[in-house]
Amino acid sequence: MNWETVIGLEIHAQLATRSKIFSGASTAFGAEPNTQACAVDLGLPGVLPVLNEEAVNMAIKFALAIDAEIGRESVFARKNYFYPDLPKGYQISQFELPIVGRGQVSISLGEGDSRVIGVTRAHLEEDAGKSLHDQFADMTGIDLNRAGTPLLEIVSEPDMRSAKEAVAYARKIHALVQYLGICDGNMQEGSFRCDANVSVRPAGQQELGTRTELKNINSFRFLERAINHEVRRQIEILEDGGRIVQETRLYDAERDETRSMRSKEEANDYRYFPDPDLLPVRIDDARIERIRATLPELPEQKRQRYISELGLSEYNAELLSASREIAAYFEAALAEAEALSVPLANWILGEVTGALNKADLGFDACPVPPARLAGLLRRIDDDTISGKIAKEVFEAMWNGEGDADAIIEARGLRQISDSGELEAMIDAAIAEHPAQVEQFRAGKEKVLGFFVGQIMKQTRGKANPGQVNALLREKLKG
Amino acid sequence: MSLKSEEVIAIAHLARLGIEDAAIDDYARDLSRILDLVAEMNTVDTEGVAPMAHPLDAAQRLRPDAITETNQRDKFQSIAPDVEAGLYRVPKVIE
Repeated sequence: MNWETVIGLEIHAQLATRSKIFSGASTAFGAEPNTQACAVDLGLPGVLPVLNEEAVNMAIKFALAIDAEIGRESVFARKNYFYPDLPKGYQISQFELPIVGRGQVSISLGEGDSRVIGVTRAHLEEDAGKSLHDQFADMTGIDLNRAGTPLLEIVSEPDMRSAKEAVAYARKIHALVQYLGICDGNMQEGSFRCDANVSVRPAGQQELGTRTELKNINSFRFLERAINHEVRRQIEILEDGGRIVQETRLYDAERDETRSMRSKEEANDYRYFPDPDLLPVRIDDARIERIRATLPELPEQKRQRYISELGLSEYNAELLSASREIAAYFEAALAEAEALSVPLANWILGEVTGALNKADLGFDACPVPPARLAGLLRRIDDDTISGKIAKEVFEAMWNGEGDADAIIEARGLRQISDSGELEAMIDAAIAEHPAQVEQFRAGKEKVLGFFVGQIMKQTRGKANPGQVNALLREKLKG
Repeated sequence: MSLKSEEVIAIAHLARLGIEDAAIDDYARDLSRILDLVAEMNTVDTEGVAPMAHPLDAAQRLRPDAITETNQRDKFQSIAPDVEAGLYRVPKVIE
């Protein structure tokens, strides 16, 4: 039987506010345990939550970026459950009236193929603390520093049909929140977390199959693997005549498998009700317009501008706008070499990306600053060096030997464009290899490459290849 | 509307309330009366009345995003029953 996979994602993005969503405690990562958990975060008697204005503004920013409806009056609700890292016995979240309503993002699947994925809603809520199970032999340690950190939970429609689409969507949201500056996107530290709802159904069936929810996924690679694994598991069960149990499953990256966490039926009776400690949040036009004016250029707009104004290929434009870091690097380099958008794009996506991947670095930590890359490409452009020599110069820049001009001087890499000097070498090469000259004159074009190689060898790659070619053709004609 | 004793037990469990078996029927009756009152209120015609999420007709005040709290861990932990290495200790939770 043919099966169709259906995936929806719930993404939790930690908002990059300085203080917590309902208290004035710091949200900084990595502090000593419980030093950033104040009376409000601990849920001590008599405290009242007061909403952080910046968290509201960030949610609105996100709404504007995905063209979503903004909840003009949104309401906080209590989600009730008991767990030691949730001091109040409830999480303040939003239920019936979220701050961000229906929106959409477009994802690119390569080769011009793109799809629109619906965002059902996004709501503000507080994060819980952390349970440390390995700290003590027979007890669990609780660190409440994270309790009360603002989260934006972004819920998608079940619009994705493969693990690949789910990853493309997650990456798009990841890039977007970083572009907007509302989340640092650090998956290792848990600032950006993904849960996936996965089900399968016979191809052509309208009704959705029973879904499972996959949790504990902290990288895009694991997201793809966890979904693929879960899809295979569900199909096997169904083909054996079994049925899927609706449940939460944890992904275990080490074993590359998912396993049941708890049955949802009972645990999920959260008894939501409006939080009497918080009044409805009203958002007026003035606030929305103020925030709209601060929106940066977004990936989609950049992509289009790179194609229409800078003449980049669709593929390169897509890659260069995919993250804020790479776009910033490209634009900083472009500011130093305005006419060189296409070679810059090729270099950044080729040499620079390759070197960064090898060194496991991001663009914001690139040892070759964008202005230096631009300096190098200007020297290729004005024929001071060839593209081949440029790779040597790039490596030297990477190793901290200075800018392109300094390296070209210090290593004597300047291209030989003096036609007198080149002509003399070519004459000598022709005189030395009469047999090859004959072959060329007999129509064997390939022999030209042999002569080019001779000259390049003699000049250690420093001859201007175009010029060598032209001179050789002229002289070989005889 | 009348609650069954199993429902009372389930609700008590969700709220982590311990109730005596002998009291279950009383709870079932009292809670049912509250639900009856809600059912009666539900019959009121509210056509055209916007639902309210809060009894006060006011909007939430917003707070500037500033750190105003200092570290008072020692004070908070002095009233906790079990603390070690800065962590609150609780019976092992296994998922």
